[in-house]
Order: sequence, then structure tokens, then C-alpha cells
Amino acid sequence: MSTDTPLAPPAPARPPRPARRRGVRQLWQRLAADRWAVAGAGGVAFFLVVAAAAPLFSALGGHDPYSYDLDALTDSGAPKGFGGGISGAHWFGVEPMTGRDLFAIVVHGARTSILVGAGATAASMLIGVVVGLTAGFYGGWYDRVVTRVVDVLLGFPYLIFVIGLGAIVPTSLPKPLLLVGVLAVFGWPGVARVVRSQTLALKQRTFVVASTALGAGGWHLLVRQLLPNLTATIIVYATIKIPAMIGAEAALSFLGVGVPPPTPAWGRSIGEAIAWVQTDPMFLVFPGAALFLATLAFNLLGDGLRDAFDPKTAGLRR
Amino acid sequence: MTVSSTEPHLTKATRSPLLAVAGLAVSFEVDGETHQAVHDASFELHRGQVLALVGESGSGKSVTAMATLGLLPATARVSGSITLAGTELIGAEPRLLREVRGGRIGTIFQEPMTALNPVFTIGDQIAEAIRAHRPVRRAAAAAQVLELLGTVGLDDPSRVARSYPHELSGGQLQRAMISMAISCDPVLLIADEPTTALDVTVQAGILDLLRDLRKRLDMAVLLITHDMGVVADVADTVVVLRDGQIVEQATAAQLFSAPRHEYTRTLLHAVPRLPELRLAEPGTPQPPEPQPLDPTLPPPVVQLRNVVVEYPGRRRGHPVRAVDDVCLHIDQGEMVALVGESGSGKSTIGRALAGLLPTTSGTVTVAGVEVGRATRRELRNFRSQLGIVFQDPASSLNPRRTVGASIAEPLSLHTDLSPDAQRRRVDELLEAVELPSRLHDRHPHEMSGGQRQRVAIARAIALNPALLIADEPTSALDVSVQARILDLLLALQRQIGFSCLFISHDLAVVEQLADRVAVLHRGRVVEEGPVQTVLRAPRHPYTARLLAAAPVADPTRQALRREAWRQLTLASP
Repeated sequence: MSTDTPLAPPAPARPPRPARRRGVRQLWQRLAADRWAVAGAGGVAFFLVVAAAAPLFSALGGHDPYSYDLDALTDSGAPKGFGGGISGAHWFGVEPMTGRDLFAIVVHGARTSILVGAGATAASMLIGVVVGLTAGFYGGWYDRVVTRVVDVLLGFPYLIFVIGLGAIVPTSLPKPLLLVGVLAVFGWPGVARVVRSQTLALKQRTFVVASTALGAGGWHLLVRQLLPNLTATIIVYATIKIPAMIGAEAALSFLGVGVPPPTPAWGRSIGEAIAWVQTDPMFLVFPGAALFLATLAFNLLGDGLRDAFDPKTAGLRR
Repeated sequence: MTVSSTEPHLTKATRSPLLAVAGLAVSFEVDGETHQAVHDASFELHRGQVLALVGESGSGKSVTAMATLGLLPATARVSGSITLAGTELIGAEPRLLREVRGGRIGTIFQEPMTALNPVFTIGDQIAEAIRAHRPVRRAAAAAQVLELLGTVGLDDPSRVARSYPHELSGGQLQRAMISMAISCDPVLLIADEPTTALDVTVQAGILDLLRDLRKRLDMAVLLITHDMGVVADVADTVVVLRDGQIVEQATAAQLFSAPRHEYTRTLLHAVPRLPELRLAEPGTPQPPEPQPLDPTLPPPVVQLRNVVVEYPGRRRGHPVRAVDDVCLHIDQGEMVALVGESGSGKSTIGRALAGLLPTTSGTVTVAGVEVGRATRRELRNFRSQLGIVFQDPASSLNPRRTVGASIAEPLSLHTDLSPDAQRRRVDELLEAVELPSRLHDRHPHEMSGGQRQRVAIARAIALNPALLIADEPTSALDVSVQARILDLLLALQRQIGFSCLFISHDLAVVEQLADRVAVLHRGRVVEEGPVQTVLRAPRHPYTARLLAAAPVADPTRQALRREAWRQLTLASP
């Protein structure tokens, strides 16, 4: 056996290369060393648990998000008592006009937000990666068409389109599904652009040329050579995309074109709370804080992941 | 370990040294681990001398030079002393260091293209360097720029001063860099691998310039290089570094004639040698033309007939002709070398052979398949008969796949072997390239450059190819590693019997390895024949110039070659 250390007298062993040992373990180590990323991951885990076990949590409070409690309201419809009706029975107070338990609404709202956010992200990532990868790899007329479509979609006034769409689609179509679809259709062009440019750079790399010269076909090159080198980009992009999607869903619900009442949604609660902000500010604070914390947690995790994947930022922090 | 200097230094000992490095130690702290890059290095450099710091990658030669300039990253810990004409540089005030950099010490880097800012003209950048250190008016600086550009042997200084970096060749850029480095009359010039990125004929010119400037401006030059030929060409004293330690320190004449340390000996031994240069006298009878192909012999594995490859020019401009009317054949089991400088079209021919580039006209036939006309299926089958080894193994292996998966790639593409059988074959291949089978599950970044290149070779020979294309397989490697990779290639060729196209810029390597050689110049084959004839008695003036420009690791022989090169360039500029 021979290795390629210099010839004659045995050289002292080279120190191990820093920051590039075992891929995944290294990634975890670096992520764990980043306090903000850990906090983000904790937050994400918390909201996931809340969303998954929403009925359990609201049962803990003793209410579900649909039953009215008019006893908790004054005659004018405002909640009775301190801070929007915060009490032992209603931990976050109640919703004005209906008296529904705000804690149950916020907890169930996490479900809507995360489902729509994750669903729209998954769909837009899937379309974006497939389109971007193939466009960058094959080029030619296909690439030109894709780039134009991306340009058009990115420049499209999508808010007006969505509001218009909300008015014409039949009500039999489930609204959350429609939301996911719309957000995905307007979400993939950004992904496709990033993936396409990465693919253009990657396909010039010698290992791709080497694989071609070995007789590899298009599918093999795309799946075995290019895609594994795009995973870091895809993961990071997805974690940053989820909070943007949650925000977009909230914005649409705020405008009244999101999920229909009475399904709990943070965005719609915030929209309704605007009218009550003078008399009952806590109605705005609870769903608003939930939305803020959820997007912050996802963004922190995404940022931390990006730094952990990029060995060049190693020395910058800490 | 420091070897005390001997007689040649004693005469100069009365004069105090310009640069004195004493007990220099540099360490880096990365992720809590300390990595000692330089241990206890001491050497002295006097005015008008060239001192070469020699070593392989990771030996600490560049770190030593950067320590002199105070340009090490913040993670570095430096101790010891570096004095420039009596002024201590380690731990000096930032203001003093700024004055020294570019003022008293000029620096030239390896890659002139990246060392210059692409959005400013050469003239502006040199003028800026001057005005950073001296209060001169704009017009005076501009005049000085022209004078400097003339000093470094550039033909049309005012045109060069107006040019942007991308408009000049590598050699011109390196000359411009040198003029910038000497713009403030430095007492010391640090040249960090100044010719590594350049072609040999350009390199010879730059080394000539350095030698000349040292004499004219009475500067000291600290030359950092891995190339023993360059050392033999210009250095007065040599410091050999290995793993951050000085193993030998001697005058150039002494070091090359009687190296004392074993490492120096192995380093010198690993340098491939060129035969003695015999330049053909004008009017020498031409050797007979090569015989027409004997019909009884098996047909050649590779046959190129009048091949032309053109790249589309920018915006409706004329296409660039990279390969111009090339005819070449490679017989079964033969190793043919393609040599030429950058831009000569040698890699283009390699890629056209593999069907990676379309040819504009002419035919390329490999193993009975006409590459340009082959259907997809034929091309796929043909590629199972072909192996390619690229220059940089770090980029030719997919960083996300294990070594085993990379080697097994051709097996899974072209055979029906079961995973178990594939694994056995991969182990066999690892053994064939002399790598332990425990490397099977490693990733490329966990291996050294030489090991990676062995993996690339294993992948190339996985299907017992009829043709192996080796595109500069050793130019990214250290010289001792290169020697072993070349030995391996030769052994494998004997064992498997593939034909081989060996693309290289290094004539000495070609001499060691190939049966036949074709010399390319601007896309044309200017000379072709058996290695023994072409490299010993070249007929074409370009081949002769190429041979004379390649430095050899022997100061006395190098002086003769230098003279021969000067004669040749004077004869045909």
C-alpha cells in the first residue's frame, strides 16, 4: 500500500482539515454552536407540536374554537373584564362579538398557518426545483420559455389576481387547498431562478463533464450528479420560504380572501382585531405575537442552516 | 533544524542583511485546534541577491512571505523576528506596515489576472500605487507609469497603460504587475510563484526580467516557488522547507550539485529530466517522412483526419479556430503525447475525441466509431471504451458522493453487475491504483490530491477502456506525487494495454512517458514524431523554443539553455 505523502523520511501527519469532516455530523455540530439557530429550531419545534396537538391544547383550556360564549361579553359585544376578558377560564381572553376562546383560536390558527405555509412551500419547491434544474441543464428553447414565464410571474400583480380569483372560484373548492395552489403558483418562479443559476454553474464543473464522458445519460446526471450538490441550497431556501408563505397566508386571510370563517386563522383574527384595537388591544396582541414568533423562529433556523452549510462563515460568528 | 551557512556567506557577513528572519514561528488556530504552519525559521537575505523558498504545498513557504508583509489572517499567531534593514516588522504599527507594503517591499502574486482589479485600466492602477506612497501630481504619476512599463519590457507602454486587464495576455499582465511592484523603488521584491500560471516561453521572459531588475535596481528578491527549474534559473541561495521546517539552506550551486538533506535529494530526484538540447543546424537534412500506414497492421484506435474545431465568436464576430486541420493517429497500446502552451488547442482535441465537443469539419474515429456521426446509442457504447482523467481531481470527482460510488459509476452505467460484484470490482480497482480499500466510503475532500487523482484513474480504467485520455493529469500535483502518478499510469498501461492520449504542457513529463509526441501551436500540429527524435533534435523552430524555455533543475545546464533560448527568441521573435 502506498499513499501520496512525500517520498522519503516519514513526514509528521498533516493536521486534519478543519470544518470539513463528516458532512451531517459536522452540520449538526455547527448548528448546535449557533445559539440563535438553536432558539429558532426550538421555536419551530414548539409551533409544530402546538399545531399537531391543537385539540389537546384547547381541551386543556376547556374550550374549542367554535363554541360561542356570550356571557363573557358586554351588551356592546366587547369582552368583559381585564385585557379582553383574560381569566382562569379564558387564558387569552375571548373574541369580541362572539365570545369564542382566543387561546383555542390561536392554537388552532397555528394549524392553518403551518399547514398552508408548509404545503405551499413544498409545492413551490417541487415545481421550482424540477423546472429550474431541467431548464439550467437542457438549455435551448425550453430554457428560454421557462425564463420568460418566470419573468412574467415575478412581475405579475398577484394580490389583485388572488382577490379576483377568490370571488370567482366555486365555494365547493376547499379554500386552504386553493390558497396552497395560488401561493405555490406564485412561489415557484423565485426557486426556479435560483436553482437554474446554480445548475448552470454546476454543469460546467469537471465532475459533470467527466460523468458525461463516461456515457451517463440526462437522468443520471440530473439525479446523481447535480441534485445532491443542490441539497444545501434547497433546504436553506425552503426554511426561509416557509415563514414567507405563512406571512402571505396571513396577509390573504387579513384581506378576507384566505380561509373562510369560522376556521381559525391568525391573519383573519388580526384583520378583525384592527377594528377593536381601541377597546380591546389584546385581541390584536395574541394572534399577532403568534405570527411574529412563528415567522421569526423559521427565519432564525433558516439563517442558521445557511451559515452551517457554508464553511466560509465558520470564523465569523462566536 | 537550521543548517548553518557556509563560505559564500562569510564574505557578505560584514554587510548587514537586508532581510533577517530569526526564529519565525506561525501557527493557526482553527476550531480550537492549533496548526503549526512554520517552526523556528531563520534565514538572511542581502541586497542584490535572490533567495528562493522552495517546498511542496503545505510547506509554509507562502505563509513565511505573508508574515513579512504582515498580511496573515487574524487567526494566525506569529512569534520570532523579521527585520527589514534593521526595522522590526512583527508587531509593528499598522502605519509603518502600510508604508513598508508597496513602498519598501514590492509583491508579485501567482495569478496576475486576479491580482489586478478588472474595472480599472492598468495605468490607473499603477498610478494609484505610486500616489499611495508619494505626493506626486497626476500627470507626473502618469509619466512615471509609462517609464515603468517600458522598464519591464512591454512594447507599447501607452497602449498597455490604457488597457483593462482582460485585454492583455498573462505574460503582459505579469510584467505590468512587476512594474507596479517596483513603482516605489522597493528594496525587497517578494515574488510568490510568479510564473506558475504562465506558459514556459512566457516564464523564461519573466525570469529574465527578474534577473535583470535585480541587477539594475540592486534589489533583493524573495522568490517562492515549487519549481526546481525556476530555482536553478534565478536563485543565489535556496531555503528548502518541509512541513513548516527548514530542512536545508545552501547556495544554489551547492544545493543542486551536492544536496545534503535526504528530502532535498528526493525532491530533486522526483523532478523529471529533459534530455540534453541539441538544436538542429540550419540546413540539416530532414528525416524521412513517416511511413504510410501498413495495411497488415491492425487499424489505429484513434484516427483524426483534417479535424477543425471552431468556437463561436462573440456577437457575430469571426469564429475562433481552436483546432486547425489536425491529423493524428494513435495505434493500439501506444501512448501519444500532445504538447503545447495554453490556447494551443490540446484540451480541445481531447474533448473532441470524447465527443464532448462538436467538430466543425474533418472526421474523428475512435475504436471504429465515427464520433461526429454516432447515434446516441453508439455514442454511449463508444464511451464505455473510453476513460478520461482530468487535470484537477478535486473538481472531477463529485464532492457529494463517496469514492466507491464515483468509481462504480461507469460500472452501473454500462454493466449489469450486482451491487456486491460492483463492490468487489471497486476494491480490485482501488488495489490496482495502490489505494487501501478502506478508502471506499470516504468523500473526496477527505483525501490528498494524489489520492484523489488515483481515484479518478481507477474510475477511468474501470471498464478496461481501449483509449485513455489524460488531460494534464499531474499539473495540479506536487512534484513527488507527480512522479508516482506517472509511474502508476505507465504500469497500468502495460498491464491493461490501452492506448493513451497524454495531454501536457510539460516536456520533461512527456519525455518520460510517451512513445510519440505531437507539438501543437495555435491549433496546428507543427511537429510530430517519436519522442526521442522530437525532444532531442527538434526540427521546427517553435519546438526548439519550447524546449529551450523549459528550465531544468541544474544551474550550469540551465545557464546554457538560457543562452540558447535568448538566441532563439532573437532569431524569431
